[in-house]
Amino acid sequence: MSDYRIQGQTGAWEVVVGLEVHAQVTSNSKLFSGAATTFGAEPNTQVSLVDAAMPGMLPVPNAECIRQAVRTGMAIEAQINKWSRFDRKNYFYADLPQGYQISQLYHPIVGEGAIDISLDDKNPDATGKRIGVERIHVEQDAGKLMHDQHPTSSYVDLNRSGVALMEIVSKPDMRSPQEAGAYLSKLRSILRYVGSCDGNMDQGSMRADVNVSVRKPGDEFGTRTETKNVNSVRFVMAVVEQEAMRQVEVIEAGGRIVQETRLYDPDRNETRSMRSKEDAHDYRYFPDPDLLPVELDDAFLAECRASLPELPDAKRRRYVALGITPYASAVLTAEVEAARWFDGLLETGVAPVAAANWVTSELFGALNRLGLGIENSPVGPAQAAELLALVADGTLSGSLAKQVFEIMLETGQAASAVVEERGLKQTSDTGAIEAVIAEVMAANATKVAEYRGGKDKLFGFFVGQTMKAMGGKANPGVVNELLKTALGESVAS
Amino acid sequence: MTDLTDLGIREIRDGVRDGAFRAREVADAFIGNVSRAKALNAFLVETPDHAIAAADAADTARDAGETLKPLAGVPIGMKDLFCTKGVATTAASHILEGFIPPYESTVSQKLWDAGAGMLGKLNLDQFAMGSSNETSYFGNVISPWKRNDGGNAPLAPGGSSGGSSTAVSARLCPGATGTDTGGSIRQPAAFTGISGIKPTYGRCSRWGVVAFASSLDQAGPMARDVRDCAILLENMAGFDAKDSTSLKLDVPKWEAGLSNSLAGKKIGIPREYRVEGMPEEIEALWQQGIAWARDAGAEIVEVSLPHTKYALPAYYIIAPAEASSNLARYDGVRYGLRDLPEGAGLQDMYAATRADGFGDEVKRRILIGTYVLSAGFYDAYYTQAQKVRTLIARDFEIAFTQCDLLLTPTAPSAAFALGEKNADPLAMYLNDVFTVPSSLAGLPAMSIPGGLDKQGLPLGLQIIGRPLDEQGVLNAGLAIEERAGFRARPEAWW
Amino acid sequence: MPVDIATVKKIASLARIAITEDEAARIAPELDNLMGWVEQLSEVDTSSVEPMTAVIPNHLRLRDDVVTDGGVRDAVLSNAPQAEHGFFAVPKVIE
Repeated sequence: MSDYRIQGQTGAWEVVVGLEVHAQVTSNSKLFSGAATTFGAEPNTQVSLVDAAMPGMLPVPNAECIRQAVRTGMAIEAQINKWSRFDRKNYFYADLPQGYQISQLYHPIVGEGAIDISLDDKNPDATGKRIGVERIHVEQDAGKLMHDQHPTSSYVDLNRSGVALMEIVSKPDMRSPQEAGAYLSKLRSILRYVGSCDGNMDQGSMRADVNVSVRKPGDEFGTRTETKNVNSVRFVMAVVEQEAMRQVEVIEAGGRIVQETRLYDPDRNETRSMRSKEDAHDYRYFPDPDLLPVELDDAFLAECRASLPELPDAKRRRYVALGITPYASAVLTAEVEAARWFDGLLETGVAPVAAANWVTSELFGALNRLGLGIENSPVGPAQAAELLALVADGTLSGSLAKQVFEIMLETGQAASAVVEERGLKQTSDTGAIEAVIAEVMAANATKVAEYRGGKDKLFGFFVGQTMKAMGGKANPGVVNELLKTALGESVAS
Repeated sequence: MTDLTDLGIREIRDGVRDGAFRAREVADAFIGNVSRAKALNAFLVETPDHAIAAADAADTARDAGETLKPLAGVPIGMKDLFCTKGVATTAASHILEGFIPPYESTVSQKLWDAGAGMLGKLNLDQFAMGSSNETSYFGNVISPWKRNDGGNAPLAPGGSSGGSSTAVSARLCPGATGTDTGGSIRQPAAFTGISGIKPTYGRCSRWGVVAFASSLDQAGPMARDVRDCAILLENMAGFDAKDSTSLKLDVPKWEAGLSNSLAGKKIGIPREYRVEGMPEEIEALWQQGIAWARDAGAEIVEVSLPHTKYALPAYYIIAPAEASSNLARYDGVRYGLRDLPEGAGLQDMYAATRADGFGDEVKRRILIGTYVLSAGFYDAYYTQAQKVRTLIARDFEIAFTQCDLLLTPTAPSAAFALGEKNADPLAMYLNDVFTVPSSLAGLPAMSIPGGLDKQGLPLGLQIIGRPLDEQGVLNAGLAIEERAGFRARPEAWW
Repeated sequence: MPVDIATVKKIASLARIAITEDEAARIAPELDNLMGWVEQLSEVDTSSVEPMTAVIPNHLRLRDDVVTDGGVRDAVLSNAPQAEHGFFAVPKVIE
């Protein structure tokens, strides 16, 4: 039960959220035409005569787009409909050359499924929630209209027109901005794991329509509004909050919520009604007579299922079973590229917990700093494995490992080469360490006396000085032991 | 010296092959006829260069001793519903005026690949909507036939393939392409005393054919006899991967398979086609047709197609519904007419362009189609019509367990005068009463001339066959054609 | 339900066809008459049938995911009433 509430003048309001996500299918060519789908091409260069809706043109469906929708449905444990059909959704707009969109209303290819979200990263399984998915269907994307290229004209680019979209419709099961954000992030992660969509929200390959309504807890669902084409998780969460607040204000002022389409303005952090003079859309859906029903056979479905990778939740649970903390497991499995990288590291036989700690703090930290994604990491799993092995066998201390890692990042050298070249092995030579400790103590006699007199916090000072004098290469554990012996007891301890 | 333009497709093909005459002579002769026939308004665009180039290619090949292509030396007319690369294609509408397709339809490309030449683009009812060729933006097509009452009233050539039927009948070309959605090949063929066949739905590709009603449209040949139709159809049909409704089947050798015997065949006579108020000449021709069929060896059986009377209303829901969506792309954005009134925004541009660009009948059908698909009416009209369609198809299925082919009149009257049926759209729609049911069921159906009525106008007989049995239909057509001995031709007044 | 002038205007708007008051007045009785005529379909008992999905039995073929088309901008724009800088130009739309 979510306890997120909008505090209004008449009491606390519950928010009800549903998300309709449009995800561009990863495929070489479009849903019904052989034109390419790559992002960023020159205008109208990835447009076939079919995409331009020239007279007499006809749609021919792309097997891969169907396959990706089925695989996605399987990844969310949804019912796959072996028989489905395309319908035409009729309306007029300049980015819709046919004057209709080929979609699936009456018989979608994927039925009900579910996505599990976690509301506490530290404890994903304990504080999770299951968000229902109503359906997934396949449809054509529209082209792009640009309004800022010319004072009196809008420009139409049909490159995107006809690209396959999966429309993933959730049930209205979310009750807070956080849940909406978690659902969207999880869905995005699943799509990227499956490989059916790249989830690049800033490029527009994944966008969300946010349905929001409010009610007093226990009441019937209120009237909902739809805020279209929200293109980041952060914005989706903002829309939920802003729109819920707006609706509460309207209702408490005596008004009624109109079922309408809205747009989000990120600069003002508010939603506004879309300017439309026409009456409510009557899309006059009917089965597309240029196409026949989609019929999937068991062999096709079996291939789809066999092709699925280990999905985020399963992978996360496997990591936890290896002893990795729930939090680190969640972090490692949030993005498919990181998970693959980490799986690569695990396969080398390193100790999982040490590996997880190192990846989540050292590797991710470095990549953040360098502004790199893990796909472009200068250090690969095999090299990381070598570094970790050197720590495990005592050659390197933790802090030495950090130094070595820095050098590996810069030079691309292997860990052992770096250690060799720069003599960065840690030393446990007690004689050498004792000698340095003696020097440090001699140079800091006052502090020695203070320590012995009760300032036990000065122990750290001596550790630091010893390590510094030894160029960081002393085995910290040994240093600690020898210092304790040399300094003797602190009165305080 | 035979007037070359009296020759049919087979005679031209064989004559060129055998060296009786040169392809160029044939092309020139027809080009001449075309140029002298402007009064008929059959051609929207004349393309003599295309016909000449094809003819010259045929002659060159023959001179070189090469095997000639199947239609080498044969010039044809192309209904202006087929997109032809580099040649204006209008669907007889103002909204496509000036449109030059950068692509060729599959069917027309097949014909050019077979060696045929194009004499020009033929006029039609606008967007194939009509039964009299009176809805073309570029003016009516006038039938070459006249009543023998001396009245000189211009007659309808039938529609929507009125330009095609006129051109073939008036000897402007030996054959032409047509399309048939509810009867638009068969009815004009009947009105002008020629033959035409609508093949099984899916036999001919619809790619590049301006769409009217997707689940009904079919391309087909129109020519002066059954054999010529068979030859043309063989070179039009075939699987096209670019059309998802195309049938993946080999094209049978229909010409080689022609037989004029109906021995062992059962011809069904559907009792529901005997409509109230049917002119007795139509009934008489039907009886004559039955007698001919019997003479050819067929057994005649009476059958019932109980849902026949619901076919027309079902068609006039389904076809306009599909059309209303298919014609949404004509919006002034990417091709064709654009009307941009002062200060008009995008939606106003659409409304103005489409109001100006579409003719009245087209608008009427778009409005009907939009209405029957609209919220609240979809189930009552569209879904119900599609269910009735299933019942109509089932009627035929059952009938074909009792017979092999059906014989009916093609049209409920001979050609009427232009303007005669314009008062009430419904009166015009009733012309399609015999042709629409087989369209809804996707069955192959052909019209052949059976005789003349009292006013000297042609009357046609229709043969309907099982799915994929074009051969059976053609054979029955041949059997009747030989017995009918129809030799009448319109007297040139143009 | 009769097809009246208001209905005709609503449908014409849905279909993006501008019509005048006179035209609507002329078309309304025509459409009303036609709809009255098709009404007879409701007599038919269709409780045991499905709407027709495929006229002649056939199966939907799925195409291989290969780029076989596009890159024909000139052809695509060749009939445009107004094309600029590789785009189709339309009256400015405000969203």
